Order: sequence, then C-alpha cells, then structure tokens
Amino acid sequence: MNIKGKTWKFGDNIDTDVIIPARFLNLSDKSELAKHCFADLRPDFVKEVQEGDIIVGGNNFGCGSSREHAPLAIKESGIGAIIAKSYARIFYRNAFNIGLPILECQEAVDSITEHDKVSVDLATGEIVNKTTGKKFSAKPIPDFMRQIIQAGGLVEYIKNQ
Amino acid sequence: MGMTITEKILAAHAGLDTVGPGDLIQARVDMALANDITAPLAIKVFHEIGRDHVFDRDRVALVPDHFVPNKDILSAQQAKIIRDFSREYGIKYFFEVGEMGIEHVILPEKGIVIPGDLVIGADSHTCTYGALGAFSTGVGSTDLGVTMATGEIWLKVPPSIMVRYEGGLQPWVGGKDLILYLLGRIGVEGANYRALEFTGPVIETLSMDNRLTMANMAVEGGAKNGVFEPDDITASYMEGRSARTPVYYQSDGDAVYEKELILDAEQIMPQVAFPHSPDNVRPVSEATHIVPDQVFIGSCTNGRMEDLRLAASVLKGKRVAKGLRMIVIPGSQYIYKQSIQEGIIEAFLDSGATIGPPTCGPCLGGHMGVLAEGEKCVSTSNRNFIGRMGHPQSEVYLVNPAIAAATAVLGRIGTPDEI
Ligand code: SF4
Repeated sequence: MNIKGKTWKFGDNIDTDVIIPARFLNLSDKSELAKHCFADLRPDFVKEVQEGDIIVGGNNFGCGSSREHAPLAIKESGIGAIIAKSYARIFYRNAFNIGLPILECQEAVDSITEHDKVSVDLATGEIVNKTTGKKFSAKPIPDFMRQIIQAGGLVEYIKNQ
Repeated sequence: MGMTITEKILAAHAGLDTVGPGDLIQARVDMALANDITAPLAIKVFHEIGRDHVFDRDRVALVPDHFVPNKDILSAQQAKIIRDFSREYGIKYFFEVGEMGIEHVILPEKGIVIPGDLVIGADSHTCTYGALGAFSTGVGSTDLGVTMATGEIWLKVPPSIMVRYEGGLQPWVGGKDLILYLLGRIGVEGANYRALEFTGPVIETLSMDNRLTMANMAVEGGAKNGVFEPDDITASYMEGRSARTPVYYQSDGDAVYEKELILDAEQIMPQVAFPHSPDNVRPVSEATHIVPDQVFIGSCTNGRMEDLRLAASVLKGKRVAKGLRMIVIPGSQYIYKQSIQEGIIEAFLDSGATIGPPTCGPCLGGHMGVLAEGEKCVSTSNRNFIGRMGHPQSEVYLVNPAIAAATAVLGRIGTPDEI
C-alpha cells in the first residue's frame, strides 16, 4: 500500500483539541467534522489539503482526550498518513481502529519540510522525500494492523472476518 | 527469560507462553467497561458490526456515573441509551441510580474485577484495577464497541518501569502523595506507553484503597497500566467479593525492566499539584498561601471508605472556614451507607460540609460544584487541566483527603497538624 502527497508540518504535543476543537463535538458526521480539522491552528488546512497528503508531526502527537473525532476528522479531510516522532497512546490505537495509517520516524520528521512531496510504503515502512531525494525507514506497520487499515478500520475488519 | 506481572497477564490472555515488550497480541478480555459518556458511541459501533448479542453479558459493565442523576436533557438522553441497551442485551453489570457509584470505585468494591483479570474500559482511568494485580487500560469507543461484540482486543505489550518506594511514610502522606511525587519526577509523558509497576517496602504495607489511588493516576504519567503484585493485603481485600477465582501473578526475579526508579519515601511530604498539570507538584509547605473557594473530597481517586474516614477524623468537631464551600461525594452507594453507619456523614454535616449522591460530580466540571471564573478548588481528584472543574479561568489544586479536610478548616492549604 503506497501513499503519495505533499506534507503538512506540525510541532510537538499537537493535542486533540487543536485537531478538532471541542465546540465541534456536537457533530458526529465524519465529513462535517472534517470541515473543522485544525480550524483554529491552521485555517488554511481544510481549504488546501488534497487526497493523499501527509501530516508530519513532532513528539506526542494526538495527546489529550480519548475522542475519536480527532483521527476521524484528519482521515476524512483527505490525509493519507501521519509521520510523527511519537504518538499519545490512545490516539495511536484510535487512528488504526478507524483506518488511518500512522508511522513513527524521528529522522524523517527532522528532515522533511512543509509541502515537500513524500511517498510512504506501508508494507516496508520506507519513506521517500521526492523533493530532496532522501530516504528514511520507519518501523514497518505490523501485518495485522495493515489488514485493519486495508479493511478501512477495525469495524470493517471484524465484519469481514 | 523472566516476565513481569504485566507480561504474564497479557501472555495468559493471548494463549501464549511468553510475550515481550513490543509484541502485538490478540487478547481475551475478562471485563469490558463503559460509562454514560463513552458507552453511547461504543453502542453505535457495536450495532455497526451487526451482532445480535454481546460476547458475554456477564462480562460487560455499563456504569452511568458522569452526569447522573441526569443533570440536563442531553445527559438524560445519553443515560437512556445505555439503560435501554443494558435491558435489551441483558447486561448483568448495569447500575441504576440508587445502586450506583463511580465506575472505578464500584468495580473493585463489588468484586466485578479480580486479580489476574484483563480489563478494557472506555475511560482513561480504567488503569485503577492494577491495584488488584490485574491488567487494565483505557481505550476509545471503537475498541470498546468491538470488544463488546468479540470479547477480544489487540494490544501492544508495554515495556515496564519499576518504581520502588523505600523507607517509611511521613505523617499525613498516602498513596496520593506517592503518585503525585512520582509524576513530579517523571512528568506527564514520563511513562507514555509503559507499564508502571509499584513495589518496595512502602508498597508492601500500603492498604488497598491507597493502592487504588496510585494505580488510578498511572495514566497521568501517560502509562498504559499501573500494577501492584497481589499479596496478603490483596487476598484479604478479595475475601467474599467474587465467585470467580482470582489468579495471583507475580513478576519473575529475572524479569526485564526498561528502567528502575528508587524513591525514598522519607523525603516525600504531602504533595500539592498546582494548576494546570498533575506533574506540577510542590510539598504542602510551599502551598500554604493558597486560599480556595471550594474543597472537594470524592472522585475515583479519593472517594473511597478510607479516604472519607481520614477526612472525617480530621474534621470531627471542627468547622469549615467561613466563606468556603466544602463538598463531599462518597464514591459508591455502599460507601455512602457505611459512612452513615460510622458517623462519618454526621461529622461532615456538623462541620458544615454538604454531601452529594455517589457520582463523578464536579471532578470533570459536570455538576454539583462547578467553578466560576477566578475560583480556586482544592480537590482530591486526579486532573487539574485548564477548565477541568468549570470556567477556563478557574484553578484546581490536587491533594490527599487529609490535606483537603485540613484546608477546609484552615481556609487555606495546610496540614491537620496546623489545626
Ligand atoms: S471521578 Fe473523575 S476521573 Fe474518575 S471517572 Fe469520574 S470524571 Fe473520570
């Protein structure tokens, strides 16, 4: 499974309130939620993000509450994958469960800059920065988690079994 | 190579002989838990999967505790969803107003969770049950909905950090101070993805209620779970509580820990976590200038029997300071009744405190003690994030129940020795 797109760069400790501000939590429709992704921090994000784009984040991405609205809003906005230095634990689970691929790679995060063109191979964990030509390897996503993502999330995965 | 207690419980529930940090496992779940905020979403997921029954109706616990007795129409709707679901699917552990309490207080109290269990809950403080020698952790609503259908969950085996408390306890120091002090040392990310295993001479004699307080706040360090090896104290706590047979796992002598922290308890004074983070701790002596508007004793951290006994013993015969509101919320119906029988409720009432029904109440700014702009609350709960108990410009200071009671009398933060 390959994902290709331009990158959106974020810093450390991007919390779930920044990803989807609490005032939008009365929405439960995915596409409605996606309209407000990063509403306060990056108002340009939802206007310009394209299918397959990649978020690059620092340490402890997705910290804060356990709300699944956060990874849902990111996925529905069109983002194909996240590369970060590390993730908050419940966000990590929630992302896989709703079918959003996320990878950990310190070196890639340090090297990639905003709007670089990047491709990610989920099977091998290889990250290629097409803009600079540099390659990085993230820990490959374990088989069974890749199956969850390929199914479109945990619910679909269970239904298919 | 040996295994830690966390690894042993996970291996046993995955049907494996051994597991190690980083292993991904598919594990059998002994108890799946959700509350009135998280259950409605999990129920939606459960319906999407399309099963006509939960994996085991004796192994799902649905506890309306955050906003019940219903605080408004929206919370009434939420509570109704889980009530209707529980009735339709024959959920054994559903607790109605009148028999309820805070989820993390009643599950151990009623023997619903026992040593050796693997427990998954759609609430971050599900880690509380590690006090019993169980593996328990918080998850999102999709995980819980799927677990209700399948009885299984995927987990990554966490590396373990051993925290050893040496020496003896200073006066007025309890489990709350031991965990707050640790959070001050490691920070709110210090145990991210890790298991925190509490051990050492101080822990060996620590009561179950104090252990529950410590395990409860493991998540405040980012931990996946906090755990204690079960011992005689665990065994006597379990007496007569459950018809199921507990399994007492112990860490092997050659188990591998990512890190070992040794803390000298003699150096740990009663702690105060200042706004707006549980790791922002100082000894109580550096907090005596704080004058709160409200003192709250309760929550899944410190709303248990021993906590109320301790607070009442400090308050007995004294008056709550003029201009200060004191709110006490027993963690469960049982604790409420027991407190009446022991004269604890009377001591609180005589001192000028008010008593609420067993619920989360003001802990998450829900109801029964929400703070106004600029107000300060000294609280026995576990989180003091911005706006946690009400207005974004209010402040929460976390303490143990003895300090909370003394503060209510003094009108400023202080210890019982100062009364
Ligand atoms: S008492 Fe507070 S921390 Fe505990 S479950 Fe209720 S809201 Fe959460």
